Amino acid sequence: MRGLKTLAVLMATAAALPAAAQDVVITNAKVVIGDGSEPIDGGTVVIRGGRVVSAGRGGAAPAGARTIDAGGRWVTPGIVAGFTRMGVVEVDGVRDTDDSSAANSVFNAALDLAPAVNPKASPIAINRAEGITRAVVAPDARGSIFAGQGAVIDLGADMNALTKPRAFQFMEWGETGAQRAGGSRAAAMAMLKNALFEAQAYRRNPSSFDDRGKDALLTRADAAALVPVLSGQMPLLVHVERASDILNLIELKREFAGLKPVLVGATEGWTVAREIAAAGIPVIASALADLPISFEQLAATQSNIGRLRAAGVTVGIGSINDDEARQARLVKQYAGNLVALGKIPGAAGLSWGQAFAAISSLPAEAIGMGAEIGSLRPGRHGDVVIWDGDPLEIGSAATSVFVDGVEQPLVNRQTRLRDRYLDPKEGTLPKAYQY
Amino acid sequence: MVRENDVKRLLMLGAATALLAGCAAQGGGGTKSASAAPKAAAPGMNKGYSHDPFPSTYHAYPGRPTLITNVTVFDGEGGKIEGGQVLFRDGRIVAVGQSLDPAGADVIDGQGKFVTPGIIDVHSHLGDYPSPGVDANSDGNEATAPITAEVWAEHSVWPQDPGFARALANGGVTTLQILPGSANLMGGRSVVLKNVYARTMQGMKFPGAPYGLKMACGENPKRVYGSKGRMPSTRMGNVAVNRATWAKAADYRRKWDKYEKDGGEAPTRDIQLDTLRGVLSGEILVHNHCYRADEMAIVMDMAKEFGYQVSTFHHAVESYKIADLLKANNVCSAVWADWYGFKMESYDAVNENLAILDKEGACVMIHSDDANGIQRLNQEVAKAMAAGRRAGMPITPEHAWTWLSYNPAKALGIADRTGSLKPGKMADLVLWNGNPFSVYTRPERVWVDGALLYDMNNPKLRPVSDFELGQPGEGDVK
Repeated sequence: MRGLKTLAVLMATAAALPAAAQDVVITNAKVVIGDGSEPIDGGTVVIRGGRVVSAGRGGAAPAGARTIDAGGRWVTPGIVAGFTRMGVVEVDGVRDTDDSSAANSVFNAALDLAPAVNPKASPIAINRAEGITRAVVAPDARGSIFAGQGAVIDLGADMNALTKPRAFQFMEWGETGAQRAGGSRAAAMAMLKNALFEAQAYRRNPSSFDDRGKDALLTRADAAALVPVLSGQMPLLVHVERASDILNLIELKREFAGLKPVLVGATEGWTVAREIAAAGIPVIASALADLPISFEQLAATQSNIGRLRAAGVTVGIGSINDDEARQARLVKQYAGNLVALGKIPGAAGLSWGQAFAAISSLPAEAIGMGAEIGSLRPGRHGDVVIWDGDPLEIGSAATSVFVDGVEQPLVNRQTRLRDRYLDPKEGTLPKAYQY
Repeated sequence: MVRENDVKRLLMLGAATALLAGCAAQGGGGTKSASAAPKAAAPGMNKGYSHDPFPSTYHAYPGRPTLITNVTVFDGEGGKIEGGQVLFRDGRIVAVGQSLDPAGADVIDGQGKFVTPGIIDVHSHLGDYPSPGVDANSDGNEATAPITAEVWAEHSVWPQDPGFARALANGGVTTLQILPGSANLMGGRSVVLKNVYARTMQGMKFPGAPYGLKMACGENPKRVYGSKGRMPSTRMGNVAVNRATWAKAADYRRKWDKYEKDGGEAPTRDIQLDTLRGVLSGEILVHNHCYRADEMAIVMDMAKEFGYQVSTFHHAVESYKIADLLKANNVCSAVWADWYGFKMESYDAVNENLAILDKEGACVMIHSDDANGIQRLNQEVAKAMAAGRRAGMPITPEHAWTWLSYNPAKALGIADRTGSLKPGKMADLVLWNGNPFSVYTRPERVWVDGALLYDMNNPKLRPVSDFELGQPGEGDVK
């Protein structure tokens, strides 16, 4: 009996560890580095110990490495989804399965999303099959402008999804921030400054910082969570849309010089692109938001990203308020659309290489993780995808996906349902027996 | 109080008895006649009251006779011509071929480009859930009772919705059906619009298009009313309320049919039951929001029970599971390419839904239900086509275009007028700057009834709604 228990524990432990990383060499590939450069034909990608050793022309294969001839096909870094709620929601409409927000919690900035991430959530498997290998996962703000600390995850089929827990703090600003703070932008500004002052007080002397509970609008735990934000050790992702709200944030950096804000959404960013660039603030923007869906998005245009980039802003694609629990896979299509935009007089699009970077290296750089993920530059995680065509073109599919050098399964609920119902008629037994 | 317009319309009905019906419509319950008076004359079938009280005032804008040459043509009915030509004049398609007479026509060399029929979106809420999406503009769900067949989406349509411009310029959408939302079992009537800005809803209304009735299965009605502590709170409650309503409608229909045929005292008008009578007589088409396969099967039996036909299941995420049944019942499915998981009843979505339905011979089309999605329906079909091909189904692009224009036109009852490039049909068409199933392609020009209403290369041919005038970004490339 005890032996069985021990065995079960051992098995559980084994399942929690990532599968051993392989050494992989992919030759004869149309290699995309993901840094904005254009594809390289006849390239080689070398992965050793789960990390990229080299990608491009040449590259020595480590002894004993598995070698794959890509047959001229596209080989790219895995896609980095710049803003999601993947892995913390199974079905949006089923509240029990949704850990993205906590309306009744007394905490806000202290909330750490990492333990909510479920590597077995079906959107992870579905997006993995479409070449998404990493995702920025953000909590959703309810009782405060602060939503809590988000994570960066991988989409591998193991139980260890966290690339970086507590990778950033997420904050609502603009209309939503105003609502969360009590009803106005003035209230949001007061809430933000109050929180940062409290964090400063905590930082000066943690032991004398009494927990004053929710009455202080910020618990001790929340104040502690904001300390790395004050210093810039932890980026502050801010959902903001209106131009004037963006300028207010830039102004705030004068008072709190350590802050490292990253703008999320930023629909009207293009109208103040020079100011954003001058402040050195990166952006994770919605790619195709072109409707004045709110009064803070009146200047919405699909040219936002192209114009921001032209002004020198580091800008990647994210998907806030856009099926972010499940549809990260759409960023490929979005990036392709930005390439198409370049042909329209008066619009600002992206080159192919820039567009691909907007869904690989640029979102990673925006959150300070460009040295870890998002490209095939040496030293990055060995996240590689082989495609049967141009990855930004509709209809191309990922044929092999590697996370940390480990080849991933591409089956999921959807492929299983498809296989069951390719012929919808029932056979000699009900469909329930067909699996 | 009878307004002047009402009087005009009643007079147009042409008979004195129509005035009697008109009085009944004022809620008076019919004119009392002396017992000795002879029985009132019958108004004739469907003439007891106006079926078109908010008539279309849409008119085609002037266009120039145009010949587009050197293009790949998808005709919308599955045909394709390489190196093709399309000629239109006076708002109508004249011919599609390879060596047409250019006499009197402007010639556009479309080398490397594609021409297709304009896209038709069978499921949109533009105008009734417009941008900006503020509460003051939120007019899509009369979520105060599970049966509101008496409300008409057209009375909510705000013709200044900036979304119409995006659907035209970025999406190549020339016709769209605006539906009420899905909070209710019977949410109200839909309206079909030409995607041409006008000062009034009537000015956009597709002339002669049948009305639809929006119905909804599943989670939404039971959630909305169950949470208010009233029926329906379950799926069985959904069906019970529907059946009770259809039974009432059948009675109403019988009374009005009898009156219109035989005369006598006009039955009391009921605006809700007018709509349902229209469904039972085949004049109004049922567009039924429904996700789950098992629920669709029940709805089709309910339709048989009461003698109506479902035109189309919308969303129909599980249609692939019963493709054979849908085909046998002659019911279309209007689907997304890849939406899933946002609610329990969308949990079993597959990317091959559209392709499996098509393979099984069921009628199928794409739809948006979304102000962003409507701008890329061609790309949604490209995804569905690719998924089908990967699963082993050979689907040609020219066939896939039937999912974007001809099949939606059939579902809306307007396929005799638009939806394909056949001579005599409305010249609703798009010139794409490349293959429209590529992500790298955009509409270059869009014509509606032969009038050029969008030109990628002409900033003045880019509609700007009243709402966007004087705002940041006015007239920008969106």
